[in-house]
Amino acid sequence: MIRVLVPSGVLGLEFSKEALQRGLANNPDIIAIDGGSTDSGPYYLGTANSKYSRAVTSGEWKYLLAARETADIPLVIGSSGTCGTDQSVDWMVEITKNLLHTTKKDLRIGTIKSSLTRQQVVSALEANRLKPLKHAPVISEEIINDCMGIVALMGVEQIQETLARNADIIIAGRATDTASIAALPLMSGIPPGIAWHGAKVAECGALCSTNPLSGCVQVDFHEDYFEIEPLDPMAQCTPHTVSAHMLYENSDPFILYEPGGYLDVKNSIYEAVSDRKVRVSGGKWVPFPQYSVKIEGVRIAGYQTTSLTMIRNAHYVRSIHTWIEKLKQFLENSLAEKFGVDADTCHLDFRIIGSEATLGSLENRSSLTVEVGILGLITAETQELANEIAKHINPYLLHFPLSEKEELPTFSFPYSPAETERGPLYEFCLNHALELDDPLEIFKIEVFEANG
Amino acid sequence: MANLRDKVYKIRSKNAGPFTVTVDIFCRNQTNLKRILGLLDGDTLSYLYNVEKDRFEIFEIPDLNVIKISFPRTHIQGSRLDRDMHGAQFAELLNEMELPDNF
Repeated sequence: MIRVLVPSGVLGLEFSKEALQRGLANNPDIIAIDGGSTDSGPYYLGTANSKYSRAVTSGEWKYLLAARETADIPLVIGSSGTCGTDQSVDWMVEITKNLLHTTKKDLRIGTIKSSLTRQQVVSALEANRLKPLKHAPVISEEIINDCMGIVALMGVEQIQETLARNADIIIAGRATDTASIAALPLMSGIPPGIAWHGAKVAECGALCSTNPLSGCVQVDFHEDYFEIEPLDPMAQCTPHTVSAHMLYENSDPFILYEPGGYLDVKNSIYEAVSDRKVRVSGGKWVPFPQYSVKIEGVRIAGYQTTSLTMIRNAHYVRSIHTWIEKLKQFLENSLAEKFGVDADTCHLDFRIIGSEATLGSLENRSSLTVEVGILGLITAETQELANEIAKHINPYLLHFPLSEKEELPTFSFPYSPAETERGPLYEFCLNHALELDDPLEIFKIEVFEANG
Repeated sequence: MANLRDKVYKIRSKNAGPFTVTVDIFCRNQTNLKRILGLLDGDTLSYLYNVEKDRFEIFEIPDLNVIKISFPRTHIQGSRLDRDMHGAQFAELLNEMELPDNF
């Protein structure tokens, strides 16, 4: 039996310290946690930035390093620093070294880097080793060469290799959510249908229980089944909460694609072992003849400046759609004369907060509100141009009249300056599988002394 | 006139990666699930989400009384025209879907 302690769904989102201690008392074989996701958008991969603050990340990691020390077992983090680039791994290593500087004992840190160069991806495209995944955008050499960040999602093989090199702490780049949990059970001979399914259920920590905020869960991997229980005494895992987790952020509720194959849980059986522990069996692993890893890439699709105008005047609130239409037309017509650009390369997007800012053209309800906000998004080919255009439109957002007969109105700006520079607008542009001859081929593994 | 949300436990939506949105409808029982499934044809979904009707994947999970609907995002998550980074508000269109009088 292999016991994996999962402190939470992601490092940075808090977990119960008491629950972690309860988990340690049960003698786990490894602590595994995820560090990232694309869920907060393309910015993070575009800039190699972390979504969670350094202080919060470091504070939680300190607890996990101490837990690892107490139990003397490996600690693994996948998708370090949200996006899992090579810089994100370096960031996490630096945080780790700062926390370990007082530790006397020599510890071995293993890093697995998974960033790809544009040239690597272009070569793969030319060699026909890139296969589009579902709903993948069309790609070209030009698009790849525009990418600011490209990562490959590792599976278990890369983590297993690092574990085999006796790393105490593994700081991995981009990985599938499940890889850090499934690696040790698979290495220890647990059948893949059991290992991957258990890892999928536990990947968001206690989200598969009745108290998601408690964080910690424990998964016991056996030959024919796995058992999962939350480590917060008030939380429960039930067959319903556990099986429902396959739905979460997964387009197919029965199939989960991983490097090297897929998990099929159509015939899985979920049984309550107690009122808080669930036993699951029946997951099937279907290997692919060709090993591949998913890659993610982000490019810059322009530069943005935003502005926010608030309108409370009842006459203008009532006529807001007409007002926006007229204003937009007027401003777009002025772009050529003032800046020598047109609405095809420079986009003025006004979203009416209080009407359809969330759903856009899909909105099918309308009702009069007391006030509306106008969120202006100006996207241009350079930041300077976006800023210039935002300044140009500022007086009109303040004073543009509904008709020539009306007095000049004046609206409300909540702050000064009314424009906010947002920087580059990043866009996901790859959703492809990269075929590999060897799972370790593109991943860079290093194991070194923490105090060295 | 009743809305779909009045007849189910809950409806939620979320990204399934940057290119796909997935909606889960937690129905009350098998009969409830079958009746709702009968309403959610390609034309209805296409009208709500402005996505071609053959691009919706509809799954039935009988053990959970859940209907899952996955479809490609018209605007990639976080791209210039996207308005919902996490895809979590797409569910509201189904929550508010009006039901026929005899439902």
